[in-house]
Amino acid sequence: MKIETITVAVIAAFIALFAYTSMTGEHEWGGADDQPEAVLQKMTNEGFEPWFHSIWTPPSAEIESLLFVLQAAIGSIIIGYFLGYYRAMAKMKSAAARMDEEGKSNA
Amino acid sequence: MHIMEGFLPHPWWEIWFALSLPVVAYGIYKMNNVIKENRETLPLLAVAGAFIFVISSLKLPSVTGSCSHPTGTGIGAILFGPAITSVLSVVVLIYQAVFLAHGGITTLGANVFSMGIVGPVVGYLIYKSCAKYGMLFGAFLAGALSDWATYAVTSIQLALAYPAATGGVLASFKAFLAIFSVTQIPLAIVEGVVTALMFKYILQMRSDVLVRLNVLSERESLKLKEAWA
Repeated sequence: MKIETITVAVIAAFIALFAYTSMTGEHEWGGADDQPEAVLQKMTNEGFEPWFHSIWTPPSAEIESLLFVLQAAIGSIIIGYFLGYYRAMAKMKSAAARMDEEGKSNA
Repeated sequence: MHIMEGFLPHPWWEIWFALSLPVVAYGIYKMNNVIKENRETLPLLAVAGAFIFVISSLKLPSVTGSCSHPTGTGIGAILFGPAITSVLSVVVLIYQAVFLAHGGITTLGANVFSMGIVGPVVGYLIYKSCAKYGMLFGAFLAGALSDWATYAVTSIQLALAYPAATGGVLASFKAFLAIFSVTQIPLAIVEGVVTALMFKYILQMRSDVLVRLNVLSERESLKLKEAWA
């Protein structure tokens, strides 16, 4: 089976899993990275306090999502640029090779 | 896998910095050499870094009703090895710590250790030992298991810093691993598949560079070219 087909199937299954989980219970969908804090609070009887705080925090959820999207966009554009560049290069190379051969057979 | 700012007390945050720094320094040295020897690797290096940027920005919902994110270090680990991948992950982790208050500067050493070093080491070793059963299968396992290993290390790091009053480090490790382990399974599978897909495109287009990076042998590269011709 082609890896493209498998990828689509796995992502579809992932979405179905999300739909199923959403429908079968109430969930907060909070970040797992934030959950250790609750464990630490429980361990220390609510006495846990980080000894250092972020120098800057995005002032709102909108600005946070903007910066996350920016991160994804920067990555995507780099991947898209180089994969497109490689693809075009390969096409041009094979076209040039074909023209070479045609030239030889005509001569 | 991000341990939040200020969450690791003295001496733990220093210890993780001390363990990560030499690897990152070696990675910078190795990266310079690889680029100097072969300029053609530069775009692939950019792609490997960009892959981490995209993949680690995606906070995905999981079966446990919470959201987590994959790491994206598999491609870098397969193409360039763990040391260079650690440098790439430093860039992402600093971006997230400074602009997103996600992770932290004091916990950077620990986060680089889990995401940039142990994850890629696991991915690299898995790929090296499993590629003979199929390169894309190897890439799938490398992507999935580097993701999962990263979160296991995060749990160990938190447990070492905060052993439970009863049961010690092990009990605490179980409590932290419980947050991540199940949540991360579907994400790791998706990450594995996407890593394999990305690896396929790189194989198709630049198997010549992969030969020079010693990811492929000359023979394997020729075989691939025939198969995809």
